[in-house]
Amino acid sequence: MPVLSVRDLSIDYITRKGPVHAVRDVSFELEKSETLAIIGESGSGKTTLAVGLIRLSPRGTKVTSGEILYTKNGLTTDVRTLDDDDLREYRWAEAAMVFQAALNSFNPVITIWEQFLDTARAHGMKDRHKVRDRADELLDLVHLDTKRVLPAFPHELSGGMKQRVLIALALMLEPQLIILDEPTTALDILTQRSIIDLLRQLREKLGFSIIFISHDLSIAAELADRMITMYAGRVVEEANVDDMFYRPRHPYSVGLLRAVPRVSGALGSVASIPGSPPDLMRLPVGCSYAPRCPYAIDACRAADPPLIPVDTPRHKAACIRWKHVAEVLGSNAEVPVAEKLA
Amino acid sequence: MSAAVLARPTLGQRLAGPWLASIGFLRMLSRRPVGLVGFIGIVFFLLLAFVAPMFVPFQNDPSFVDIYQTPSPAHPLGTDFQGKDVLNQIVFGGRDILTVAILAALVSTIIAITFGSIAAIVGGRLDSTILAITDVVLTLPKLILLIAVAAILRPTSFVFLAVILGLIQWSSLLRQIRAQVLSLKERDYVEAARSLDLGLVHIVFREILPTMRSYIAINFIFAVTEAMYAQVFITFLGLVPVSGSNWGIMLYFAQGQGALFFRDSIWYILSPILAITLVQLSLVSFASALEDIFNPRLRGSA
Amino acid sequence: MTALIELDHVSRTFATPAGVITAVDAVSLALGQGEAMCIVGESGCGKTTTGRLLTGLLRPSGGRLLYEEKDVWLTKGADLARFRRAVQLVHQDPYASLNPTRTVFQTLSAPLFRHKKASSGRQALAAVNELLTRVDLSPPENFIAKYPHQLSGGQRQRVAIARALTVDPKVIVADEAVSMVDVSIRISLLNLLLALAKEFGVTIVLITHDLAVARYFARLGRIGVMYLGRMVELADTESLVTDPAHPYSAALIAAIPEADPDITRSKTRVELRSAEIPSLLSLPPGCTFHPRCPLAEAGLCDVLIPELLPIPGTREVACHVAVRERTGDRHAVTA
Repeated sequence: MPVLSVRDLSIDYITRKGPVHAVRDVSFELEKSETLAIIGESGSGKTTLAVGLIRLSPRGTKVTSGEILYTKNGLTTDVRTLDDDDLREYRWAEAAMVFQAALNSFNPVITIWEQFLDTARAHGMKDRHKVRDRADELLDLVHLDTKRVLPAFPHELSGGMKQRVLIALALMLEPQLIILDEPTTALDILTQRSIIDLLRQLREKLGFSIIFISHDLSIAAELADRMITMYAGRVVEEANVDDMFYRPRHPYSVGLLRAVPRVSGALGSVASIPGSPPDLMRLPVGCSYAPRCPYAIDACRAADPPLIPVDTPRHKAACIRWKHVAEVLGSNAEVPVAEKLA
Repeated sequence: MSAAVLARPTLGQRLAGPWLASIGFLRMLSRRPVGLVGFIGIVFFLLLAFVAPMFVPFQNDPSFVDIYQTPSPAHPLGTDFQGKDVLNQIVFGGRDILTVAILAALVSTIIAITFGSIAAIVGGRLDSTILAITDVVLTLPKLILLIAVAAILRPTSFVFLAVILGLIQWSSLLRQIRAQVLSLKERDYVEAARSLDLGLVHIVFREILPTMRSYIAINFIFAVTEAMYAQVFITFLGLVPVSGSNWGIMLYFAQGQGALFFRDSIWYILSPILAITLVQLSLVSFASALEDIFNPRLRGSA
Repeated sequence: MTALIELDHVSRTFATPAGVITAVDAVSLALGQGEAMCIVGESGCGKTTTGRLLTGLLRPSGGRLLYEEKDVWLTKGADLARFRRAVQLVHQDPYASLNPTRTVFQTLSAPLFRHKKASSGRQALAAVNELLTRVDLSPPENFIAKYPHQLSGGQRQRVAIARALTVDPKVIVADEAVSMVDVSIRISLLNLLLALAKEFGVTIVLITHDLAVARYFARLGRIGVMYLGRMVELADTESLVTDPAHPYSAALIAAIPEADPDITRSKTRVELRSAEIPSLLSLPPGCTFHPRCPLAEAGLCDVLIPELLPIPGTREVACHVAVRERTGDRHAVTA
């Protein structure tokens, strides 16, 4: 049984001019100890989706349809139906979120220790000594020096250290699922490396499932087992990481992969995707990617393509021309897209 | 198409321009009820103070038979201690106060903008000097200063009064403007303007000040309210020669002539208070909508 | 080849409440006309400060900034004005680089009018249209009357580049100019800058923390790697990525995650001795990298500051060990 099963989830932003369909009919499954990467750029809906999974959406957003089914010990619940108390239990004890450290995720006027205490208390841990022991344990897990970090204020810590603290906080109640929002964005290369290695280590040690959202394909290449690419609120492709990187079938995935140069190895024909993402309030009829797609035909503009299995049952793409995409790419070799198109 | 957009506007376009801008402005205002109410209030009082006196005869004849009459169809707000109609005095009482208040606000705002921007942009010793002077003025107790100056100089012309009020008021606004300009100075687009060598005048008047439009407008409105209060205050205390009749003078007489103690005369003292309060409320309500209106991002969603 | 613009042992210090920090320490860099190069480094390495020193927006605390072989900070009047126009900066944040109360036309026409490149509305319109087309904002009519908030991040950056072009610059310093732009359009912006270099002979210096972006942009040029205020390696891109000479460069290249599962999961990392980045307030003696460096030799690297020295292949590196190994110089400095 998958740990998380999302079915036809749709989330709208309510604005004065009408609803903005930020997330549209998203479905995916996450198995135990699996790592799923949700990749998308600005306006893709990925952050709205992630935040919606633990119902932390800001005011003005509304889940208009769909289910979020969470399973533990054989018992399945729809997160959408949880009442406030159950929701608080769900959040952090079952599913914890690690926000972007660079984006002021800390209360700047309290120390890290107080942050731990607040989080613990909010989730029922009242004994200070227990909290202290747990904090020591967690900071050790993320390779931070307790004596130095606990009494410090957030601004006294580096970006990498802050990110580790956020990870430690998320692990406090041993959740089954950890959701990370842009875990390495705005971090230096060497710090990124240490966070990626840390996540790998923790995953092996503690066995939790991971969902992380990013616009950065390289972190998906490092950590993900499976990947989803999102465009204009929809899932456009879903595949395991090798299939996604070497045998993408949706033109947006192809375009995105082609737009990221590598450092080691041949460059190939790197190119940008022309145009800009659509205005979510004025979506074109048919496939939202069609205006920018080099393979679009009239049928693409007629109706929104459904997410269908392509090469293998677990590899899905929302494109009626996926076979053509496969031809254009040519080989199935484990070689990056840019090289294949060179 | 773009050539048409930017070519010389025709006469028709020139005349229509402000009209269309006002319609856009009113439409934006209609979406912000508090601002709209404020705007209506301001328009009403401007009309009352400046236009109504042109159509209503000024009743200056005392009539001792009618002292402190309660409101009636002939005297909707009653009469004063000399039997003169209160409503009539209200109509004629706003002109002086509003004129002086607006002038005073202009004086203080212009001083604050000019020297605040210069201090922030030029920096160095000039900045320190301006700041030092400002801080001295800032720490002077305004009301006491006002009383002292009014008592010594005995301003008779209201331009003089306006200038005095303006000169007392500029200090805190200058500091605020300076702080704003200091922060805006560091913006990337200002830096770009500097490296493109666009010149100090351009940078101040086209890059920095336009982004402070709402800030300046709101502060101007508040300066008007401050100036109104200051005037009423010194008039009430009898520090300005009580010639003519305005709302402050009405209060002076009402208090002095014991209007407080008679139930019949309550409207004599209430009317100017209400008038002043409503003007202030209208100004402040309107100011609250200004920030949105000046924001080009929100303008598109009018 | 004479350099168009050159930093000659330039340093820059800042006084902070906690002490004096040396953001840039004796950096030397000579750039020719039409060159496209990158300066890379992590946060705190001084690359942004170096960019500002190049544009003349910051004054060096030591060393000289030379433009056309003249010391810029000693020039005055018309010469100085010429320099200011010749070197332009493109900022990182597309949401802050344009004045929100001015339309694209107003923003672009102001420098045209100021520098007498247009004397009427019609001339300005034509010039602005041409500029917008040059930065691939076509058709220009769609963009002229727009306010910044009506444009996407990538479009704003193009307007910022167009603005820099209004004064016919010889050098453009792009400070993280693509870092805040969507991944899928970064390449097109980089291609635009490269076209400016190739077709119009504009020297472009791209400052970035993203090695992949640097590798693409400077693939026919050079990359300079900075660490804690010093330039530690300056080499042509291919040599740098295939055979980095400085241990820090090697660590960076080995550490960077790549958008290719096979490569990235099989990369051999360079283990550094410490993950702690020294504070700029108390730099380690000698080579500032030595506490973390796997090649550090006691008695040498912690005592003597390495100079940026040439090694075979028209490259330079600031590392005692690397210079010694690669030049096989018996007279090189040893412990």
